[in-house]
Amino acid sequence: MKKVYTRPKYLKKVHFHYCPGCGHSIIHRLITEVVEELNIHDRVIGIPPPGCSVFAYYYLDVDMAESAHGRGAAVATGLKRAYPEAIVFTYQGDGDLAAIGTGETIHAANRGERITAIFINNAVYGMTGGQMAPTTLLNQKTTTTPYGRDTKLEGYPIKISEMLALTKGAVYIERTAVNSPANIRKTKKAIRKAFQTQIDDLGYSLVEILSPCPTNWRMTPLEAWQWIDKEMTREFPLGVIKDVTGAKDAD
Amino acid sequence: MPKVLMTGNAAIGEAAIRAGCQCYFGYPITPQNELTEYMATHLSRRKGCSFIQAESEISAINMVYGASLAGVRTMTSSSSPGISLKQEGISYLAACELPAVIVNMSRGGPGLGSISAAQSDYFQATRGGGHGDYRTIVLGPSSVQELADLTHRAFDLADKYQIPVIILGDGMLGQMMEPVEFKHEAPKELPVRSNALRGAKGRPSRYIKTFTSKPTELEEINWSLFRRYQLIKKEETTFETLMAEDAELLVVAYGIAARIAKGAINRARSNGMKVGMLRPISLWPFPTHKLEELAKKTKHYLVFEMNMGQMLEDVQLALGGKGDVSFYGRPGGVIPTPSEVYRVISRLYYRKA
Repeated sequence: MKKVYTRPKYLKKVHFHYCPGCGHSIIHRLITEVVEELNIHDRVIGIPPPGCSVFAYYYLDVDMAESAHGRGAAVATGLKRAYPEAIVFTYQGDGDLAAIGTGETIHAANRGERITAIFINNAVYGMTGGQMAPTTLLNQKTTTTPYGRDTKLEGYPIKISEMLALTKGAVYIERTAVNSPANIRKTKKAIRKAFQTQIDDLGYSLVEILSPCPTNWRMTPLEAWQWIDKEMTREFPLGVIKDVTGAKDAD
Repeated sequence: MPKVLMTGNAAIGEAAIRAGCQCYFGYPITPQNELTEYMATHLSRRKGCSFIQAESEISAINMVYGASLAGVRTMTSSSSPGISLKQEGISYLAACELPAVIVNMSRGGPGLGSISAAQSDYFQATRGGGHGDYRTIVLGPSSVQELADLTHRAFDLADKYQIPVIILGDGMLGQMMEPVEFKHEAPKELPVRSNALRGAKGRPSRYIKTFTSKPTELEEINWSLFRRYQLIKKEETTFETLMAEDAELLVVAYGIAARIAKGAINRARSNGMKVGMLRPISLWPFPTHKLEELAKKTKHYLVFEMNMGQMLEDVQLALGGKGDVSFYGRPGGVIPTPSEVYRVISRLYYRKA
């Protein structure tokens, strides 16, 4: 009998601490599948952030080093510059990448650092208990927007991926989601392409993944999956935002 | 090698390259720009080396953190306000036991302050500086030659103890030119630490982290760091004495202030006053034991700093009330003259009895 589904080789045999319905565990799995398929296990290094996924190193059986909040792109830059043979990826949430780490992220992308960002957008600060994120939707209730996000007070959900696409150093940016088997497959494809972009030494790559946080959204896992389709993708449409990996020159 | 005439900032850069520094990350701030520029010119095109003018001091120190993870010798430099921004990264380096060299060519503060030389960052440098219970080795050079020598030593100490090392200079040391001799040739092979994080090749995967949900686990890490700090205190305390043997008044000064004090002390000696000096070279660890020893003979102390009295507290702690301690300082980036210090010395000297 042909085995068609098994535990990825580089996912450690431990239980996830993530809440039921959380997207992190799916994305962790996809990364380890891609690492195995691309055969980069012996040179991949991950930079997880503070937040729920700070413990990514308990699950991904690859070298990892924790970063300060928001500094992933800078840490990855230093690591990659010191050891260019490495395949370096950051794993960052919306607060990490698009609020406190905006500067690091934009400039790493603009320099065309050969790093890959796995950007988890769940429209909320998860580990700290559900505060407003830079990507929180308009009217979305969080613990720090208890009356709903108001444009007059809190501005608009930031489209950091579209902003990053304006930098010439960024060569591949795609937004996906992990709220259906089809979207999960597309996410894996995007992660694979992002890593391949780095392997091919083309420039900065990023995959923004719309990911459910049922706990802080105060929803069931199913409702959370549906909310991504109904609400999040209206603000953050899925698809390739930038791909100049086929161009001879990223310019 | 013959002596060359260089600014202090450039001398640090050259010494760092000769110590095998592979990655430098900086951000412009006066009065240390010559160092960043030196690395842009002389390090960036070296084989295997990397130079980045980062988007902020915060990014620069985090790039240092990344390069240190990869096991290479790495450095950043800045001046006071920029060093404040680096404290987050220094705390992480200390927590993860990652070696790195951080240069502070300090200037007047607080706030944006002035761009003139000051010693106002002594507390910040010697008490850890960032959040959490940690220390960094702090070296206080007082000449361009010593900047070069201590830069090399800083890299060795950082690797030996897996700890960030701060070179606490000032804008005057950084910008003045003096003859300097480099005692080391640049290594043919750039050094890579054996515990570098370079992928799980031929070994199980590893992770480097600071966060733990178990306070007792962190407590053990704190104890482990503390034990290393105790060892550093024992092994790496350095200082210089000048005519301290028979001194009735001992000046305690470090860095450029010690240089200024030296002129004043020589003048006092030529006028028959028994004045000497203790110059701490390692500011952390502080030469506490040397002061305890000196206190057996010398009763009167003058702490002289270009601040409002920061090292003063370490001197008072070391003496434990045994000596009579006076202080003279000029903060804000004002550079005191040897004559000014001489006047303070002579006034104290004749008053002491």
